[in-house]
Amino acid sequence: MIASILSGNTQEFHSLIRPYERSVFSMALSLLQNEADAEDAAQDAFLKAFRNLKAFRAESKFSTWLISITLNEARSRLRKKKTMKVQSIEEQQEEHNHASPALLRDWREIPSEALERQEVKLILQQAITDLPLIYREIFLLRDVEELSVNESAETLGISVASVKVRLHRARMMLQKKLAPQLKQTSPKRRWLPWL
Amino acid sequence: MVIDCKHVWEHISGYLDGTLAPEQLEQVQKHLEHCEICSAILDSTRNILILTADDRVFELPLGFSERLHARLDDEIKRISPEVT
Repeated sequence: MIASILSGNTQEFHSLIRPYERSVFSMALSLLQNEADAEDAAQDAFLKAFRNLKAFRAESKFSTWLISITLNEARSRLRKKKTMKVQSIEEQQEEHNHASPALLRDWREIPSEALERQEVKLILQQAITDLPLIYREIFLLRDVEELSVNESAETLGISVASVKVRLHRARMMLQKKLAPQLKQTSPKRRWLPWL
Repeated sequence: MVIDCKHVWEHISGYLDGTLAPEQLEQVQKHLEHCEICSAILDSTRNILILTADDRVFELPLGFSERLHARLDDEIKRISPEVT
């Protein structure tokens, strides 16, 4: 399809990007933490992808390329907001920041139907957007967009070892924050004593 | 070799990704068999990853697609990507 678009069938670009709308938007929203900014960034990322389609190399996946454009677009907006200062502090602390999990004695699985509840969605959104930027980025690339370790390393311009370290810490931070909260929100079973 | 809980926590991510070396994997599995705290940490982390990766967590705003494709249409009419 990309070859066809480049040869002049430009309207096909609409169909090419439809499967990635949600991915690009959620990536932008998680990074920018504001719905209007995220929509602008997502639109600009798609426009940049269209303008630079010729630069796309078939050896990488289109989705990975698109996510990389989105990440750069969001980063550039964050830089404009001067929040990058916060990130550099986080990076300095990275090697000394050991994430420990929330200790639980038992865990009852939260069914995915729980996501129909606005309360649960908000708790999850907040936990992701509260992650420090370097951890949020790697978590989104690996666990939400499902990029491989190598693709994530390439997209972020960091080593494979750093990807693994950051991802582990991101996951532990989410577990620490979410496990106790989700445990509280799951409906308690009301067993009648005589049953 | 017997490993303690803190050692197991360092391997939770690798365990979930299936990237632990065979020896590490065996140590972690042996520990999980008798440690309810580490088992609960593993189960909760796995479950949280499933929930956070769900498409429903971040929903598209109403009219997002229409606005996006209208803007793309304007752009496509204005310029086309350079033909190879």
